[in-house]
Amino acid sequence: MVELAGRARPGDYDVVVVGSGPGGLQTAYWLRRLGVDHAVISADEAPGGMFRVWPIFGRLLSWSKPDAPYPTTSREYEWHDHNSLVADEPRLRAFVPQAMDRRYAVPTREEMVAGHAAFADRAGIAIRYGCRWEATRREPDGRLVLETTGGEYRCRAVVFAIGVTEPWRSPIPGIDTVPHYAETRDAASYRGRRVFVIGKRNSGFELADGLLPWARQLIVASPSPVRAEVLARSTVRVRYFQPLEDARVGGGTLALDAAIESIERVGERFRIRAQGTTQPGEILFEVDDVIAATGFRAPLLDLPALGVVTVAQGRIPALTPFFESTSVPGIFFAGNATQGASGLRRDGVVSTSAAVQGFRYNARIVAKELAERLGRPRRRGRVDPGKLPSLLGEALARSPELWAQKGYLAHAVSLDGRVEGVVPLEHFVDAPGEADGVAVTVELDRDGGIFPSVYVRRQRRLRIERLDPHPLHAFDGEPYQRRLAQLLGAV
Amino acid sequence: MVDPGTLTRLSLFAGLAAPQLEAVASALDEASFPRGARVIREGFEGEAFYVITAGEAAVQIEGQERARLQPGDFFGEVSILTGGATAADVVAETEELRCVVLPGAELVPLLLAHPELAVQMLRTSARRLRNANLWSS
Repeated sequence: MVELAGRARPGDYDVVVVGSGPGGLQTAYWLRRLGVDHAVISADEAPGGMFRVWPIFGRLLSWSKPDAPYPTTSREYEWHDHNSLVADEPRLRAFVPQAMDRRYAVPTREEMVAGHAAFADRAGIAIRYGCRWEATRREPDGRLVLETTGGEYRCRAVVFAIGVTEPWRSPIPGIDTVPHYAETRDAASYRGRRVFVIGKRNSGFELADGLLPWARQLIVASPSPVRAEVLARSTVRVRYFQPLEDARVGGGTLALDAAIESIERVGERFRIRAQGTTQPGEILFEVDDVIAATGFRAPLLDLPALGVVTVAQGRIPALTPFFESTSVPGIFFAGNATQGASGLRRDGVVSTSAAVQGFRYNARIVAKELAERLGRPRRRGRVDPGKLPSLLGEALARSPELWAQKGYLAHAVSLDGRVEGVVPLEHFVDAPGEADGVAVTVELDRDGGIFPSVYVRRQRRLRIERLDPHPLHAFDGEPYQRRLAQLLGAV
Repeated sequence: MVDPGTLTRLSLFAGLAAPQLEAVASALDEASFPRGARVIREGFEGEAFYVITAGEAAVQIEGQERARLQPGDFFGEVSILTGGATAADVVAETEELRCVVLPGAELVPLLLAHPELAVQMLRTSARRLRNANLWSS
């Protein structure tokens, strides 16, 4: 019998982390760093999570730039490396670019997995692999119990880092007769075929991009139009624009705005009946292949029965600003599911609660919150109140957290100089009982402009000011410090 | 994206044909708030447009409840359409408040794409104005 690593045996823990993908590894790292008693279990046999299988065509969307304006061992380098896990120790930074062959600025999934495996190994993260979480219950004493293939784990809180990885199909008659994105065949097998892809989001366009060199014709369809002006500013643009360009120049690809009414098998082919949305009218297609690129959901198992409320048609847990279930205390999420926290939506723009590179900072928020609740209060640094303008300017210009999670994470300090550090902005705004304080964040406006914003709370009244943009984003410069000093007034 | 079936139960979306309903449903998101959570904050501008699908919310000004909102009611549009700051907080008043939500920046494009929706919204706004006038006269 294999001897279990001491810290991962079934038993009692303060926290159990489920999952060994990027979210699980990053959470485990921060929990250990903060001295929180925990165990990590994973159904997989090795680290890497969804990247062990996906993306189908093997190349990620998020970039890592092996050479950048800052050394790879610096905190600032995190800006240029969206994929490596982050750490306080320079020796544990930037593993993904080390694994890259530099043919592209985005890694392959094999390079991603190699980088994460190196992190898990070098950071010494103890994980019990091959241990599948199967059921969950709450004991009368309030503890949570995870029933697993490797025994029962009792804990005060769980962090589910289980990804958004379970194939999900929209309710279209006949959709069960066609493969999901997750079941896409080898690209060469679509050679010369007419392929209909249902879905115009990430996975739909990944398929379109990957099949473009093979298929005779591609049709990509969903009810809503593609917002090219929004995509142009997003990380996923690299994948979208090739098929869209083909559609615009009449190269054969069709990107349709249509509600699909039915999918019917006719011999070896499929007949699809749809209604145009942007341009009304019935559309009929006969195609060789249909693929449902309709997305994924978090594999929540019995959590909804335990009371975990979901959004997005049951696909994502509804989360507090600290990524805890809004309905079941003690159940937290890490990784991709952190998109279930909506943030402030200031100025009508969605807050970035789960940017591709932002889960790393969300994991630290979860770990810090757990440490506090479990009776390990952080020692908060103090700063001379007169130095607040330079500290806040520095945070605006240099904090990777604020730039990754725009409008979601903020750097907060009380006006008497107690440093709170990086917190969810929504928490700062909605905590009127707290001491007078200031939080700074980086926000996007409706046109994609990048602005520093300052939130000052004094005697329970909140004042918000958006500062001017800067062509070099030099928000630590003298004019910004002067304005910050004015806003902080009597400090 | 929300289930189009959710929208068919709401009078705001009554004028939409099935394909348009699907297009609108795919532009919306779902949001869930626990009791006491602030959905809209006084002083903020144009955060989002919400339609309640389950539960209740209170419109509060400086902590005092001024109105109660129920399933089918919508809010958030005034600040988005006028460009000014929201005059009140909207706070979840039931164990769970569920809404469909649209980011503020996307409301006007959606109304222009689906004029039936704009007319339905106008009807409700006119009714609210008439009721307010009755109270103040």
